[in-house]
Order: sequence, then structure tokens, then C-alpha cells
Amino acid sequence: MAQAAAHAQGQQHPITLYLVVWIWLFILSACSYFVDYFQLQGLLRYSLILLFMMLKAGLIIAVFMHMAWERLSLVYAILVPISAVLVFVAIMVLESDHTLFSRLSFFGPGT
Amino acid sequence: MTEQVVTSTHYTSDASGLRSIAADFSSDRQAFRNVSWGKAMMWIFLLSDTFVFSCFLISYMTARMSTTVPWPNASEVFALTIGGTTLPLILIAIMTFVLISSSGTMAMAVNFAYRRDRRKTAVLMLVTALLGAAFVGMQAFEWSKLIHEGVRPWSNPWGAAQFGSSFFMITGFHGTHVSFGVLFLLIVARKVWRGDYDHEKRGFFTSRRGNYEAVEIMGLYWHFVDLVWVFIFAFFYLW
Repeated sequence: MAQAAAHAQGQQHPITLYLVVWIWLFILSACSYFVDYFQLQGLLRYSLILLFMMLKAGLIIAVFMHMAWERLSLVYAILVPISAVLVFVAIMVLESDHTLFSRLSFFGPGT
Repeated sequence: MTEQVVTSTHYTSDASGLRSIAADFSSDRQAFRNVSWGKAMMWIFLLSDTFVFSCFLISYMTARMSTTVPWPNASEVFALTIGGTTLPLILIAIMTFVLISSSGTMAMAVNFAYRRDRRKTAVLMLVTALLGAAFVGMQAFEWSKLIHEGVRPWSNPWGAAQFGSSFFMITGFHGTHVSFGVLFLLIVARKVWRGDYDHEKRGFFTSRRGNYEAVEIMGLYWHFVDLVWVFIFAFFYLW
């Protein structure tokens, strides 16, 4: 019902919602910059980078691109195919590990 | 219009969640109910563009994971000295804030477009275009700085050779998207300013009647460009 109402006159949402999301995007960007500024290393660095990235991407898609109010069939048609990218990432991680192993064992210094 | 209302209540009044998706896709009519063709097509284009950028980022990941040579430290490569203090990644941080600001003004423009506020919509879109142009300008500065320092697609002074090719490919493709987005923004802003969407003037390309949804579709593209930058910023500059 809410979806139908939103589409009757296009996507209309209060301006304060956009302002709040905008401010959050600024805060999250500043946070990810400070991850580098303070030279955090190791697992903490990578997990924070990924966390801030996912939060920013989620806010942009859900609110700015209005995905949160779209029909579920459209949401799934767009988001489900992206999981193929994750499979591709997994394949290429295995592949590059193998390439690195070959390079170190057959072309590395001292062999 | 009446027909659509009747059939959609028939299928969707009791369906929710996964059941509503099954009902939509098996309905023997347009699957994305209440979604205009323009918006659905823009989303599908953006999905294909997602795959293009994913391929670039995955090839960058593969190059970086499989090289035996150390990867250049982005924090130092992109540092700038301003007023005697060296700040790591400062230009990239400013570019990020500029692009996020432009996303915010674009979201506002879409909002005012649906309120049929012609003037505010056009002005906000022009501000968005200006911020986008500023972003491309800073990227041009960054490219010329790196080229001056000896970064080439096949070599660079700091480490793995693939750094240059990944950098030019990924940021170049993204910068091209921003540039075309600026053109796209200017075209739509001009139409808004002229009142094309108030009079439902026919477009020059599809000859269909225009309406303010064009601003939202434009917004989808612009937010996508910002979205891609979020991933480039995380994986290429911060990682």
C-alpha cells in the first residue's frame, strides 16, 4: 500500500530524511579517511574500511536511489545478480593465490 | 489505467515478500508493476555497469594479490603538501566529499522535481553539475601530477608495474562516467528550466511525453557514479 502511495505522485519523502542521510555520508567518509590518517593496520584497518564502505553504499542505494521504496520484484532483479560478482571474486582469489605460488616457486629469487 | 488498478489489486492485495515477487514475474504482463519503463531500463543499465566496474576492480585485485613486487603505498603516493604539512590522501578525501555533496544536491533536486518546483530543481541540478565538473578537474590534476612523477601504465617509481595500469583504467573509466553525467545533468536541467516537463513536451529522441520522473532517472545514474566511487575509494585508495 505504501509503495502504491509513493508511486501515485512519484517518490516523495521529507527533505529532513535526505539531509540526515547526507550528514551520515559525510561522517562515514570522514571515518574512512581517518582510518588512513591514523595509519590503522591489519585486520582492524580492513574491517573498518569494509564496514564504512558497506554502510555508505547501503545508504546511497536505499535512500538516495529510493531502493527501499521500490517494488520487491525490481529490488531482487537488481540485487540478486550482483551475487555473481562475489562468486567471481572468490574464483579470482583462488586463481591469484595459485599465480603467486607459481611465481614464488618457479620464478622467485634464489631458485 | 482502470484496468491496471483492477489487475494489480487482484494479484497483489494478498501477496507480500517472496510471494509478491513470484506473482509479479508470473503475471503474464509487465513484471515491474508501477515502475515506468524508463526507470526499469536505467536500473538494468546500472546493473550492467556494475559488472563492468566489478571486472575492473577484480582484475586490480588479481594483479595486486599475485604480484611478487610490493604494491605502492597509496597513502604516500596521493599525499599532498599544503602549507608545509604533508597530508596523506588529502586530494582523494576532498574529491570524495565533493562527490557526496553532489549526490546530496541531486537527491534534493529529485525531491523538488516531484513537488514540481521548476526553478529549485534546475538550480540544484546545475549545482550538482558544477560539483561533478570540479571532481573531474581534480582528477585531471591528480592524473597530471602522477604522470609528471613518472607513473605509466607499464611502470612506476615505487613498486608493482600494474599499479599504473589499474589506476588509469579504473579512475579513467569512472571519470568518463562523471563527465558524461555532467553533460546528462546539463541537458535535463535545461529541459526542467524551459518547463518541458510541465507541458509534457515530447523528447527529441524517443518522442514520448516528458515528465518529472526524468529527473529521478537522471538521479539514479548520478548516485550510481557516487556509489562506484565509494568502492574505488575503499579498495584502490584505502586498502
